[in-house]
Amino acid sequence: MILAKVVGTVVATRKDERLVGSTLLLVQPVSPDGEPRGAQLVAVDTVDAGAAETVLIVSGSSARMAAGLADRPVDAAIVGIVDIVDIVETDDST
Amino acid sequence: MQLARVIGNVVSTIKDPGLVGLTLLVVQPLSPAREAVGRPLVAVDAVGAGAGEEVFFVRGRAASFPFLPAVVPTDAAVTGICDHWTTDDVPAGPPRRSPRRRAPRR
Amino acid sequence: MRLARVIGSVVATRKHRTLVGAKLLLTQPVDRDGQPVGGVQLAVDSVGAGVGELVLLVLEGRAAGAALGRRAAPVDAAIVGIVDPTG
Repeated sequence: MILAKVVGTVVATRKDERLVGSTLLLVQPVSPDGEPRGAQLVAVDTVDAGAAETVLIVSGSSARMAAGLADRPVDAAIVGIVDIVDIVETDDST
Repeated sequence: MQLARVIGNVVSTIKDPGLVGLTLLVVQPLSPAREAVGRPLVAVDAVGAGAGEEVFFVRGRAASFPFLPAVVPTDAAVTGICDHWTTDDVPAGPPRRSPRRRAPRR
Repeated sequence: MRLARVIGSVVATRKHRTLVGAKLLLTQPVDRDGQPVGGVQLAVDSVGAGVGELVLLVLEGRAAGAALGRRAAPVDAAIVGIVDPTG
């Protein structure tokens, strides 16, 4: 899974009927430090994420294992809202 | 699978029901020579790994298999803790360095 | 499938129960000239490959699990053949 920041919403009136009712959010993948990394993508929100929140994205066929997404044509889903990223650095000086 | 070092963890209160109770590890993929390869990612822990440990992780749909029959929406899972590895052109490497905690980012 | 060179092995006492007994080898995918292509893959071995050998590698979960002979094994890479050395 990757960390990403919610940067926008996507509205699509014409879409696969299995996507009707889904919230589509535009997200920017970020490093553990919160720096943007790589290309933005569209993910289905399953946890009511909001603007600017850091979220957890699951990609590929695993995305359909998120709650309510079985058999839906999606390859990326938001499955968590991140409270804290706790990084432990190895100490090179010892 | 890929070698990696556990560099931290993610705390998430609001998440998919399938992820409740599981540990979310931040892992940095490594080459056999212990160089960082690619970007860090978040993997669900299936073996009780912790920060500073050298592990291996699996990607894709198979990453959810350790948790069956529970439905866990993940595309990466830590499935082993490395005691050591050897290669024909890379020395076994130095012992692990001691971890130092960085201030959590909120 | 990919061609890969076995470059090492990994010892992991603590691993998921479905991997107990599985042999774990470090493999470097290579092109037809033996040059490295992409990153090192850790694969389960069920054909008795050894370090230095050229092997066939599957990089897909279902196929890799099938190679290991365990249903729902959490693996994404498996060695499924040893390429005969050319004279």
